[in-house]
Amino acid sequence: MTLDSIAIEGGFQNPVFDAQTIFRAVMKAMAEPGTVHQGIALASPPAPMTPEAAAIAMALCDRDTPIWLDPALADDEAVRAWLAFHTGAPLANTPADAHFVFSADPEHLIGLENFSQGSQEYPDRSATLVLQVHDLSGGEELVLEGPGIESEARFAPHPLPRHFTRQWAQNHARFPRGIDLILVSREGLAALPRSTRIISQEA
Amino acid sequence: MNAHTDNIAQYNFAYLDEQTKRMIRRAILKAIAIPGYQVPFASREMPMPYGWGTGGVQVTASVIGSDDVLKVIDQGADDTTNAVSIRAFFQKVANVAVTTHTSDATIIQTRHRIPEEPLKPGQVLVYQVPIPEPLRFLEPRETETRKMHALEEYGLMHVKLYEDIAQHGHIATTFAYPVKVEGRYVMDPSPTPKFDNPKMHMSKALQLFGAGREKRIYAVPPYTSVKSLDFEDHPFEIESWEHCCGLCGSTKSYLDEIVTDDAGGRLFVCSDTDYCNTRQEQGFQGPLNSEAAE
Repeated sequence: MTLDSIAIEGGFQNPVFDAQTIFRAVMKAMAEPGTVHQGIALASPPAPMTPEAAAIAMALCDRDTPIWLDPALADDEAVRAWLAFHTGAPLANTPADAHFVFSADPEHLIGLENFSQGSQEYPDRSATLVLQVHDLSGGEELVLEGPGIESEARFAPHPLPRHFTRQWAQNHARFPRGIDLILVSREGLAALPRSTRIISQEA
Repeated sequence: MNAHTDNIAQYNFAYLDEQTKRMIRRAILKAIAIPGYQVPFASREMPMPYGWGTGGVQVTASVIGSDDVLKVIDQGADDTTNAVSIRAFFQKVANVAVTTHTSDATIIQTRHRIPEEPLKPGQVLVYQVPIPEPLRFLEPRETETRKMHALEEYGLMHVKLYEDIAQHGHIATTFAYPVKVEGRYVMDPSPTPKFDNPKMHMSKALQLFGAGREKRIYAVPPYTSVKSLDFEDHPFEIESWEHCCGLCGSTKSYLDEIVTDDAGGRLFVCSDTDYCNTRQEQGFQGPLNSEAAE
């Protein structure tokens, strides 16, 4: 297959309804942090981008939302071409310019403070990070509390960015500024909005 | 269908184009991540005037899917003009199932009431909001209110509530009663009666607010603290009535007063029509019904 046809193929079967189901899954995940949502419509991007991450890109990104790719994705010409064709989103020059960030290698992701945090007046002008993780249940268990969680929620994504609990505590301390996370694996997707606190990490 | 209607342009599912939906969806996600904060969005012209719920309609249109069951209420009623026309709008442009039963709905769009029946996990309540900024009548400049939210400077709102007490002896605000969300943002719950404020606190449903003319979206996730502002010596209280509902006899619902004649006759009935009808079907009777039966 030539590069050109790789870029063009692999979109949604039903663009309108697939985008809606993915958005609803992301909305539910954001409203109930730590819960895993399955059954989302998938896209078929070139590796190393995963179908789940690509589906979120197609559902939420367009020419208004510059995206930043971590080196694992950015170094792949096919991924860049695929995203350009299917979303029309420009690539951000620096991490701080991006509205959406996609990472195929979250373990080596640069610090969360490098991405747009929004301002105190406009905390919504911040980045949403989509991290491709191996799984959402095999890592160290995170215990969560905050809006959207009745008493506490638990999930165990793996791998996460370095010193994640410390980075997340700093991100939460910046509230209302801060970044929001969407974690995707073959199990589905889960989210960590900036309002969520990690109260403990099982050793 | 005649040839003329066949020639009318076909709309995208749920009326809005996909680019607009993505923009609104991104705003909704930010609103959920920052509970109570008003996210600006590029509100569109809708085929109904501002003030008829264009904000709520745009939020519903961006959220709704073909599996959803929609309920629309206006002041609690399923059968008033605004509710009927918005329900018909979504039947036409999204071809979704509609209901009047609170428990059957997955999305409930509301103007100025929260249903009496407690909402369930997974339900989405979409509010139509006229003035999203709780501080707007105290400070008309957006630049200033934005700074006040940024600095968490809400003293002015407490002064307003205090002036109520100084003038009337009690907090005289009865609708759009300001709340504080998760201990951070002061939020306008839309012009719902203060009777409904306690239902927002730790609600099991996701609450989304859309203000079309003012171009703002905000949200309260499920299980989120929503506290009505008050003072220790003047705690927040909801309305109460000496009457029960004339039709179903409920003493726990929000009542509308209906003038029935020119001689001062009046009737109090539930504002939530689905709640009232369900109770009547279950055999509950109010004074008016039992009189008629006798």
